[in-house]
Amino acid sequence: MATPLVEMRDMSISFGGIKAVDHVSVDLHPGEVVGLLGHNGAGKSTLIKMLSGAYTPDSGQIFINGEKADIHNPRDARRYNIETIYQTLALADNLDAASNLFLGRELVTPLGLVDDAAMEAETRKIMGRLNPNFQKFSAPVSALSGGQRQSVAIARAVYFNARILIMDEPTAALGPHETQMVAELIHQLKAEGIGIFLIDHDVHQVMNLCDRASVMKNGELVGTVNVKDVTDDDLLGMIILGKHPHETAA
Amino acid sequence: MTDTTSQPIPSQRKNLAQQLELDTRLLGMVGAFVILCLAFNFVTEGRFLTPRNVFNLTVQTVSVAIMACGMVFVIVTRNIDLSVGALLATCSAVMAVTQTDILPNMLGLELGHPAIAPIAIIVGLVTGAIIGAFQGWLIGYLTIPAFIVTLGGLLVWRNVGWYLTRGQTIGPLDETFMAFGGTNGTLGVTLSWIVGVLLTLAAIAAMWSGRRSKASHGFPVKPMWAEFTMSGLAAGSILGFIWILNSYEIPTRRLQRLFEARGEIMPDGYTEAYGLPISVFVLIAVAIGLTIMAQRTRLGRYIFATGGNPDAAELSGINTRLLTVKVFALMGGLCALSAVVASARLANHTNDIGTLDELRVIAAAVIGGTALSGGIGTIHGAILGALIMQSLQSGMAMVGVDAPFQNIVVGIVLVAAVLIDIIYRKRTGAH
Ligand SMILES: Nc1ncnc2c1ncn2[C@@H]1O[C@H](COP(=O)(O)OP(=O)(O)O)[C@@H](O)[C@H]1O
Ligand SMILES: [Mg+2]
Repeated sequence: MATPLVEMRDMSISFGGIKAVDHVSVDLHPGEVVGLLGHNGAGKSTLIKMLSGAYTPDSGQIFINGEKADIHNPRDARRYNIETIYQTLALADNLDAASNLFLGRELVTPLGLVDDAAMEAETRKIMGRLNPNFQKFSAPVSALSGGQRQSVAIARAVYFNARILIMDEPTAALGPHETQMVAELIHQLKAEGIGIFLIDHDVHQVMNLCDRASVMKNGELVGTVNVKDVTDDDLLGMIILGKHPHETAA
Repeated sequence: MTDTTSQPIPSQRKNLAQQLELDTRLLGMVGAFVILCLAFNFVTEGRFLTPRNVFNLTVQTVSVAIMACGMVFVIVTRNIDLSVGALLATCSAVMAVTQTDILPNMLGLELGHPAIAPIAIIVGLVTGAIIGAFQGWLIGYLTIPAFIVTLGGLLVWRNVGWYLTRGQTIGPLDETFMAFGGTNGTLGVTLSWIVGVLLTLAAIAAMWSGRRSKASHGFPVKPMWAEFTMSGLAAGSILGFIWILNSYEIPTRRLQRLFEARGEIMPDGYTEAYGLPISVFVLIAVAIGLTIMAQRTRLGRYIFATGGNPDAAELSGINTRLLTVKVFALMGGLCALSAVVASARLANHTNDIGTLDELRVIAAAVIGGTALSGGIGTIHGAILGALIMQSLQSGMAMVGVDAPFQNIVVGIVLVAAVLIDIIYRKRTGAH
């Protein structure tokens, strides 16, 4: 088997006695979409935040392309070309779309001053691809709808040539049409060889988009399955009962 | 995904303010300020808007205005600094001791040596920045709330200042140093005009380069007439201001004394005007520098992002703790700069210098549109806020309103300004 793009081995983290993630291992290959499923509070967001550098794990190791990765903060994660769409979107509400898209990675003029016009031009380009209806380029993102804000967060993750993309409930605020567009985007990125962790509540969506699915419950990993080998109901069973459907499966 | 790479940019009908791309909130504040000035001028039968009073008003505003600029960044990052008045006192004490005692007595620079003022000022700035950075470290890294750290700081630095001078007034200060005080240091007519013209050219160049950069990316730009109107307004207000200051003539007696001091005799009918005070020039430089920092540098961008959403800033790789240290260090440095202006104006270091300035500074920033919830605020707004407060105070004093009632009015204005701001933001859906 080829070296995985990402391997998270035996990850654990607790918050004041609560074991949010408890000895969980997951992996991800290039061009693969791995779904993360589980109830609210199962620990999905916390798990991926250890990959994106937002949290430092209590124990466990992360390997990128087979090499041990030191990820202590979001800047480290960006160095490994890990991009994240957070569940909370992580947008600065008082800034406009372009400032958010380039936050921490501003384009600058030769004098070192931030080049707002260039950043807006780039933002217009990528939004034209992701959400052609988006027009509010000079408004603070607080003035945008939930779906528009979500597309800004998606654009930010996609713009910087991620190799590893983490999407934490990326379609939560989107309508059916926009959700479909995100599904197409995932297909396209997958074809480019990007590895994607997709957290989603919609089991059906996971069955359609993902190659494999890892299910979590109460901070623990219930199991990881190939979606081809299971039905929607099998996955639901894993989420609700916390039990593996087939004793022999992957 | 659709393959559109360019999008049509919608054009809508806009009102005049929108076409000029003027900030309506700022416009409202300027309007209120103008009405205030005209009203005082009417009541005082023209005494309020004389060159002399305008000169005094701007000189009196400088110290609070400089600190208000720093307070904008402090409040934008969701912090507060209650120690600025006390820190000003400590910096003032340090500089006074440096120039009257340490340099002449310990390092042997004779009184009046030209190096005294610059060394004292640098020592003051470094002191202010270090104390500010230390407070910022307590806030950012040890996560003690800014309110507590700087409330403690208020007590500490006010009294550290006292110990440095044993509570005594120190003066007179160095001649050169006192040039930052206002009347004792002005640029004179010619130099003031030169500064005015340069500022005008810079303002117009900034507007046009902004236009060029927008146009080069194919973004909509203001119509030409709007561009010319704005350039005209900028030129008019800058040069108008210089003209007023250049109309304030130095009293003949004072001129005579100046000539006598140089051992000359004043020619008959000789006149000379004050022009731009050096302290006001310093404020203008600070304002321009900090506006560029706020709008065009990464540091400024990160300050506003952190104020808007600290978690998002952190997740974007911004070191928000270090940012807090930087913001408070800047605030400390500006306190020191204000200390230069304030002590130079008094010609002495006094024990109670800067007392209650923290309240004036915070009020100026807030009246100027800085939101205590963070993420919003402008340098020019804070300066205008400081100017409005100072005008209110001097105007009322001129009219003969007694001091306690002046404070009552300023307090009410502060609360009303914030209320109007809340209503305005709800109405416009602006942020
Ligand atoms: N920063 C935090 N501080 C304290 N508890 C946390 C924190 N983040 C997550 N948790 C807890 O960890 C558990 C897992 O949360 P989360 O990862 O957000 O779940 P999910 O994304 O699967 O809905 C929950 O019990 C949550 O309350
Ligand atoms: Mg979650």
